[in-house]
Amino acid sequence: MATKYQRLLLNFVAFTAIVLNSCKSEPKHDQSAIGRVHNITEIKGEERAILTSPPFVPPPITRTYATKVIVDLEIIEQEMEIADGVTYMFWTFGGTVPGSFIRIREGDFVEFHLKNHPDNKLPHNIDLHAVTGQGGGAEATFIAPGYEATFNFTALNPGLFVYHCATAPVGMHIANGMYGLILVEPKEGLPEVDKEFYVMQGDFYTEGNYGESGLQAFDMNKAIKEQADYVIFNGKVGALTAENSLKASAGETVRLFVGNGGPNLVSSFHVIGEVFDNVYMEGGSLKNHDIQTTLIPAGGSAITEFKVEVPGNFILVDHSIFRAFNKGALGILAVDGEENKKIYSGKSEPGIYQPSAESVKSKNKTREIVSITPEQQLAAGEKLYQVNCAACHLADGKGVAGVFPPVASSDFIAKNPEKAIGAVVNGLTGEITVNGVKYNSVMPKQALTDAEVAAVLNYVYTKMNASETRVTAEQVSKIRK
Amino acid sequence: MKTSFIILLIMLEGSANGLVAQHLPAKQPEMVIIPAGKYFPLFLDDEPTNLDSFLMDRLPVTNEDFNHFVTENPQWAKASVKRLFADENYLKHWDDKKPFGPHPAEAAVVNVSWFAALKYCECQGKRLPTTAEWEYAAEAGRNRPDGKNEPGFYNLLLEFMSEPLPEKLPPAGTTLLNYYGVWDIHGVVFEWTYDFNSALTTGESRADTGSGNALFCGGGSLQTRDPANYAAFLRHAMRTSLKAKNTVKSLGFRCVKDLKIENSR
Repeated sequence: MATKYQRLLLNFVAFTAIVLNSCKSEPKHDQSAIGRVHNITEIKGEERAILTSPPFVPPPITRTYATKVIVDLEIIEQEMEIADGVTYMFWTFGGTVPGSFIRIREGDFVEFHLKNHPDNKLPHNIDLHAVTGQGGGAEATFIAPGYEATFNFTALNPGLFVYHCATAPVGMHIANGMYGLILVEPKEGLPEVDKEFYVMQGDFYTEGNYGESGLQAFDMNKAIKEQADYVIFNGKVGALTAENSLKASAGETVRLFVGNGGPNLVSSFHVIGEVFDNVYMEGGSLKNHDIQTTLIPAGGSAITEFKVEVPGNFILVDHSIFRAFNKGALGILAVDGEENKKIYSGKSEPGIYQPSAESVKSKNKTREIVSITPEQQLAAGEKLYQVNCAACHLADGKGVAGVFPPVASSDFIAKNPEKAIGAVVNGLTGEITVNGVKYNSVMPKQALTDAEVAAVLNYVYTKMNASETRVTAEQVSKIRK
Repeated sequence: MKTSFIILLIMLEGSANGLVAQHLPAKQPEMVIIPAGKYFPLFLDDEPTNLDSFLMDRLPVTNEDFNHFVTENPQWAKASVKRLFADENYLKHWDDKKPFGPHPAEAAVVNVSWFAALKYCECQGKRLPTTAEWEYAAEAGRNRPDGKNEPGFYNLLLEFMSEPLPEKLPPAGTTLLNYYGVWDIHGVVFEWTYDFNSALTTGESRADTGSGNALFCGGGSLQTRDPANYAAFLRHAMRTSLKAKNTVKSLGFRCVKDLKIENSR
């Protein structure tokens, strides 16, 4: 700009006319214009991109000019937990699922280094949807284990873009966790908020069903049929719940960068108890307002912005709700701070989605717990709890006030072992009072064997209620209808 | 055809003694016959290849085998190999203190370049298999030549692919034995082929021409004969990611040999 103006100063006659003219044409690019060549501008300086692991996001960009950004991303194949007690051989960008978050500015010139760790077994590459060019960089970055590839691109379009591995068979690479997000901030920046988080959904296909313990191999047939065992945020059941919950305080503004890696499923992203004030639809420049649920395509994204007005646990779900209840698509935004009774009284009965189908009693005999020590039973009970109960009652058993009653330090549990058993094996409907708070909802009966019910309840009694009460499989059998 | 086959078997039996590798039970020939047939490449726009019968190493080349070669051909030693023919990680796992690092002497040799593999085979009077030959032999299941029709075989291969590379590679001849009597063609490491990178260098070596394009995107699978053969996709991807001087921890090789049959008609 400066040099342009200097030149203009030489021509005093034209000065005013041109400055006025430039005032009309310079400020903002025409959103509807096709082509973004105006984003190929002078590059000043050089910096190394800060990459963050989910759920964290690199700090906002304060630069007002385009620069050269160096991005270093490493591919690591490693076994990690997909749920408590269940592991999976993940292929990752940066050692996490989703991969490291990359933040650059519209017009930046990026020098991208992709490194395939020598211990990896397979070749990989990267297709960044933010890239204009052959394969989004896929061809340029295709590398064997132990090698590094480099390519350059200019970020022409602003937006929140998915990146993923695009090596054949591409579905398998994505199903194993090879995706992440790159944010190209618009020139004018994004409005300032108090908290920013990185959340990305993915569907997984394992040989064993949901919750079956041990190392689970990728199941190609289920993937082709699109029958996911896991639909999860940030690569693990519970990656965003309990102590891993996202945290904010009442009155703060929150921005969620939400992606969907797929490979198959489209997400109906929703935060229970919040309305999105702004949604950058499909991660682009168009802002929609007052949105309850936003659709995020596989290989797509959305930016949602809202103010958390009142305290509480706000639950992130894929509102294709069986995925939330049965496949892991749950996260929590835990908000502390002052209540605001005008906005939310805290007394009204919130509605609850009630899955109608009854789970079929598990016929899986391998999970039968026979002749084990109390310690083994407790350990088994804890795993069963995390897989079957924690989605609603939370990992620490404290529940969600008014929605899911607590099972930890719970007078209901302590006083009524038979009712507790009944709730698990037969389900529970209607009003109950727990620790003085009324609950009126439905608990579906759980697909657990008698021995498993005994194990999970003994875990609840021992660890969450410091109680001497013990439940036996025989008791459970008698109460089961 | 049938009679010549019997003759071949007799010939092999006769010459077997001289070829037996140390760790194989006596009388097991070092190479086995892969009978003539037609190989249908993964991609429809590639023509099927007619293959004559050929001999294939029963086992992948081991650390021990390769050590003999290096001793006899010091220009291929770890310290003296030309960078043009093998990059810095050539035989990286070989160590002065522990000859083959974490791997047993009988395990498949890895971290070898294509040039080195080519030369090794040449010195044995053999050659590297073409991709068509290698894939054709690898199509066999445990009990039949068409592994794709053997229940559970494709899943087994994908399980192998899903497993991380072991810290210590198993001795050759201990994982999977296929219908032709070939060991470990699946299950441990990838293997070099003679024309490993041809999928990307057909035509005008750009990805938007020729079959290489199909390797990158889901759309490409429309042009494939068997989109369920994920293991084959992974192998194709591996091969096409390589340059001839590359050395990779999960990549070894084995050799083949033409069957020269006189009076076969």
